[in-house]
Amino acid sequence: MRNPLSEKVVTIKPSGIRKFFDIVSEMKDAISLGVGEPDFDTPWHIRDEGIYSLEKGRTFYTSNAGLKELKVEICNYLKRRIGVSYHYNDEVIVTVGGSEGIDIALRAMLDPGDEVLIPQPSYVSYEPCTVLTGGVPVIINLKAENEFRLTAQELRDAITDKTKVLVLPFPNNPTGAIMEKEDLEAIAEVIIEKDLFVISDEIYAELSYKGDHISIASLPGMQERTILINGFSKAYAMTGWRLGYACGPEPIIQQMIKIHQFAIMCAPTTSQYAAVEALKNGDEDVLMMRDAYNQRRRFLMNVFREMGLECFEPFGAFYVFPCIKEFGMTSDEFATRFLKEEKVAVVPGTAFGDCGEGYLRISYAYSIENLKIALDRMKRFIERLREEKK
Amino acid sequence: MREEILSAIEKNSRVDSEELAIRLGMTEEAVVSEMNKMEEEGVICGYHTMIDWEKTSMEKVTALIEVRVTPQRGQGFDVLAERIYKYPEVKSVYLISGGYDLMVILEGKSLKEVSNFVSDKLSTMDSVLSTATHFILKKYKDHGTIMSKKNEDERMMITP
Repeated sequence: MRNPLSEKVVTIKPSGIRKFFDIVSEMKDAISLGVGEPDFDTPWHIRDEGIYSLEKGRTFYTSNAGLKELKVEICNYLKRRIGVSYHYNDEVIVTVGGSEGIDIALRAMLDPGDEVLIPQPSYVSYEPCTVLTGGVPVIINLKAENEFRLTAQELRDAITDKTKVLVLPFPNNPTGAIMEKEDLEAIAEVIIEKDLFVISDEIYAELSYKGDHISIASLPGMQERTILINGFSKAYAMTGWRLGYACGPEPIIQQMIKIHQFAIMCAPTTSQYAAVEALKNGDEDVLMMRDAYNQRRRFLMNVFREMGLECFEPFGAFYVFPCIKEFGMTSDEFATRFLKEEKVAVVPGTAFGDCGEGYLRISYAYSIENLKIALDRMKRFIERLREEKK
Repeated sequence: MREEILSAIEKNSRVDSEELAIRLGMTEEAVVSEMNKMEEEGVICGYHTMIDWEKTSMEKVTALIEVRVTPQRGQGFDVLAERIYKYPEVKSVYLISGGYDLMVILEGKSLKEVSNFVSDKLSTMDSVLSTATHFILKKYKDHGTIMSKKNEDERMMITP
């Protein structure tokens, strides 16, 4: 029989998280600091709206780009929150999670050989999605000393004649890093000078703890070069609904709609109705959850300081990214031993790129009570490691 | 700052002041002094415990009593409300809008005890026109807390 598989697909490494996931799922009584989704249930009024839409029999396809009502609310929301205006009919597409938005944005923009700049550590999908389009991923290794922000110099150094797109993943998973206005202005200058486009993954935008999130699309000259990716998963605790959106210049969005039309048809209808409610009446919920995350973030940082664990203070998402280099083992070794000896699951930084070596991603999408239990174990574990080293 | 402290302790009044200060990004002294101030000013009126008495051996009956009254000249409802709320078995008294005037929440050991209170004490007060007593059969949610058992974390242990 012939090899049924595509060579390109086979060369893609499986997610580094997968291996860990398999070990964890074998352990029955392990506790976790490893999830990348909110611990809150979707607010009831949003769920209720989804249920209501089912009761009403709204069980058909929507138009490819999404319900008009939802697209209008998305535009209102973006105007209100980041001060950028989009036209609901030409510049918005409702996607199956932010993930689909990233995929089809890359597919709409890349030809084989085009280079895509991907700052890492970052979410796991940018690199494989680039490879699948025939694009060439070029990794920018972000540095702890810059609090894992992308600097203009790092950007400049990575640009070649073939560079076309920069993926900008802030607030960042896994580091919790954010880009403030000055940071964005510095890189926007380079982007415009070098005539690049940006896929700005702002799925964690609402989870910013140092003033409101600023979108690169809001900077002068940048809206026409930016595909803004956002969604409902993190801000409204709606991961399972699989709903996101992409906004940007009409020519790019229209090509994205074409791909989406053939690959997906339309995002889930129930989710779209629920999302309308989220945008209309969900501001209070977002605020409540952000406050809760922020309290946990401060709590966690304080415990790390007490443990003497090196960690920059992250101001976004719901992750902290402590450094474990002092223990002289790899992220993988640390996470594996921590899981086996203390039954706590964390994700090795290397799951998000090679430069995550020496770091762990710790999620605070857990109640303070759960965090306390896990952190007590972490403290015990770290003390033991330090004892061993003596 | 006040609102942040209050919304945190409203959910858990036993939270340690040091921990609360860390969570809110304040100093412990500031949290403690603000709480003392709010106690003095009567913003914080007490620290109660939520108990599911159903799970204990204590027998308890709770009733909601709607009371229609004739307000008294120059005193409105206040004097009557006071006469009612001074009974220790009365847990709450609210003046409300709508078809009746006062909502009285009463706790007793038995149905009989509650009905005795209503017939002997409450109905016989001069300005009380009528009462309607509703016994609580089951508490689903009280003070923002759902009484049934909490769900397990259904998320996968590790996700990107």
